[in-house]
Amino acid sequence: MRMLLAGTQLADSAWNDAAIKLGNSLGAIAGFLGILLVVFFVAGRATGRLGRPTAIAVLLGPAVLLLLVGLVAPLIRTLYLSFRNDDSTRFLGGRNYGWALTTDSIHQVLLNTLLWLLVAPLAATGLGLALALAVERMKWQALYKSLVFMPMAVSLVGASIIWKFVYESREAGQPQIGLLSELVGRLGWKHPPNWILDHPLNDFLLMAVMVWVQTGFAMVVLSAAIKAIPDEVTEAARLDGASGLRLFWYVTVPMIRTTLVVVLTTVMIVTLKAFDIVRTMTGGNFGTQVLANEMYSQSFVQFNVGRGSALAVILFLAVLPLVAYNIVQLRKERTTR
Amino acid sequence: MKTTKSVRLRNRLLVAPAVLGLALTAACSNSSSSGGSAHAGATLTGDCAKYQPYAGHAGTQVTMFASILSPESDSLQKSWSEFSTCTGIKISYEGSNDFESQLPVRVAGGNAPDLAIIPQPGLLAQMVKTGKVVKPPAQTVDNENKWSPVWKTYGSVNGTFYAAPMSANMKSLVWYSPKAFQQAGYQVPKTWKDLMALSDKIAKAGGSKPWCGGIGSGTATGWPATDWLEEVVLGGQGGDVYDKWVNHTIKFSDPQITSAMQTVADWMQNPAWVNAGIGDVKSIATTTFQDAGAPILTGKCWMLQQASFYEAQWPKTAKVAPDGDVFAFQLPAVNPAIANPVEGGGEFLAAFSSRPEVQAVQNYLSTADWASSRVKVASGWVSANQGVDKSLYTDPIDQLSAAALTDPTATFRFDASDMMPAAVGSGQEWKSLTAWFAEGQSIQRVAADIDASWPQ
Repeated sequence: MRMLLAGTQLADSAWNDAAIKLGNSLGAIAGFLGILLVVFFVAGRATGRLGRPTAIAVLLGPAVLLLLVGLVAPLIRTLYLSFRNDDSTRFLGGRNYGWALTTDSIHQVLLNTLLWLLVAPLAATGLGLALALAVERMKWQALYKSLVFMPMAVSLVGASIIWKFVYESREAGQPQIGLLSELVGRLGWKHPPNWILDHPLNDFLLMAVMVWVQTGFAMVVLSAAIKAIPDEVTEAARLDGASGLRLFWYVTVPMIRTTLVVVLTTVMIVTLKAFDIVRTMTGGNFGTQVLANEMYSQSFVQFNVGRGSALAVILFLAVLPLVAYNIVQLRKERTTR
Repeated sequence: MKTTKSVRLRNRLLVAPAVLGLALTAACSNSSSSGGSAHAGATLTGDCAKYQPYAGHAGTQVTMFASILSPESDSLQKSWSEFSTCTGIKISYEGSNDFESQLPVRVAGGNAPDLAIIPQPGLLAQMVKTGKVVKPPAQTVDNENKWSPVWKTYGSVNGTFYAAPMSANMKSLVWYSPKAFQQAGYQVPKTWKDLMALSDKIAKAGGSKPWCGGIGSGTATGWPATDWLEEVVLGGQGGDVYDKWVNHTIKFSDPQITSAMQTVADWMQNPAWVNAGIGDVKSIATTTFQDAGAPILTGKCWMLQQASFYEAQWPKTAKVAPDGDVFAFQLPAVNPAIANPVEGGGEFLAAFSSRPEVQAVQNYLSTADWASSRVKVASGWVSANQGVDKSLYTDPIDQLSAAALTDPTATFRFDASDMMPAAVGSGQEWKSLTAWFAEGQSIQRVAADIDASWPQ
């Protein structure tokens, strides 16, 4: 009886809770619409000489404001914090950067990050392109594509846990519980290393997870781009005597160049978030640490906000050329159109 | 039961004008007695009567965040379910194996839980430094005085008491199989020398390794290795050196500590002695601490140094008893001159809110009543509260731990890495000791790296 009562009370409170939350959300939406109405009303009233500047302010204002609050202010604050000590009470000058650039373990971190940035996106894009070409003229291609694309649906943490089981290792002669050890054992390699421990091999084994997840994305996007190449172009090239590799290199690749760049940079940006893979599979141990994870660990495990911020700034500087290149590419694209 | 609800409702209706009246009279006569009467509607009767001191907060919710996961967290929740039903305070519990890194993030983000069960005094100090930890109510401080005084210091930061201890665990244990020992004719070693001689004997007999070990634990990988080092420092150098090591007057690079590291290396990094068919010394770094002891049951290894809470890891089919499939003996002192060294750990309840219902929960959880209630729910849990009747412990490991933890002759010390600043104790020391096992880094480099991480 008491249980039953408790049950209904619980249900009651859950309903109340839900009702309150719904009310709050509706209120928020109504408020938002109200503000929009006011803004557009003001913009609509402004005419003549003031019309254009007002329109610009109204349309750009919110975006600029959000950028200032969400991006520029934290950036400046991170810069400021990176010159201060662990709890930001003292000015340290460039000592945090000095630490980052002279400590052995951070060298390793920077090297690993660079390796990730170079290898994983290229491997994923290359493999995706190869698969897209291979699958192009096959029967059942939708089936193959879905199979390769499926890992995309798995979160990086989930994928990492799956692959951690694959890389599990036991002493030679004992029953193996990891798929990889068992496979290479059957193929005759009787004394494989302990995969996750063996540096620098473990770096690449971790990247394999990223490639596994991202290849499907690369393949699907590139396959669509290849299909979009007009038949006349390929036919003309064939009449001119191009075939096989030459056709691919001089016709297909230039035609899908923009898509290739987009895919590559997208995977690169995901790679910079390799945080989750490293954190789940090794926790940054065994020489596999990367910048994003080290930054987190400095800030939130070791509570050294200064060092964490310095690493964040370094990561930011590393991404900057990538973003700049992307923007330049987009501009070029626009002028040619 | 339905009547209670309507009675309570009626009472509340009656109380409302009453309180209003009181407020009016209070305004006129400046009386100071109005505070107590507001709770008049919540008189607890029957089984609930003993929760009267915590009454008056029905319908409130208290959030609690901790590192304790199911099944242990189920026992915790069961232990306060009666309290919750009677007082109407709902304790919304959340456990995470990422607790140590998540708690600071939540606190820094202004999203602190009402209560947190913190296993590391070092992390507690870090949280107090943020200024968000609230001092416990007077009743909790009163209850705390019933515990042995040393526990109060572990829950204090710079002399101010902040967090009441909840559970205690005994770390200086070696798990083994009494059945296997008996069959092989091995004796439980009483001294460190005997322990090393036995390890050598087992290794020479071939076919199995004397020790198994695992320090893998997600983002906390490395912590079991800190225990090994602490046992050797405490049992080899004594409590005095241990205390100075904790507060960094003795550094990791000090010969007293590096020689202790060498002792650990001779023991757990001895390729002839580890690691139970899982692999070489390095495999200790990838083996999770939960899995580490399993080979004892299949005879692939013989001993595992792990705390009392490791009991929860054994399969249900394994009998934990002095004559059973598995049991534990107390790790002997490295230096026989050190009297009965005991390393322990524990958990502390810190509050980030001073709402009355939060304080009610804090008060209740610091009583011997609650501790007894938890002990009765399931074994594998020992309270450091001396008010708990020792005859309540039914499990042999709990009995052993409770006896050791309250033994007046013991040289008891709290887990050192948990006392050190979080940057060291749950940061660099974990990382460096892991690298020591996994990458074979030298003792000098490991010690230097840990020293360098000490907050200036």
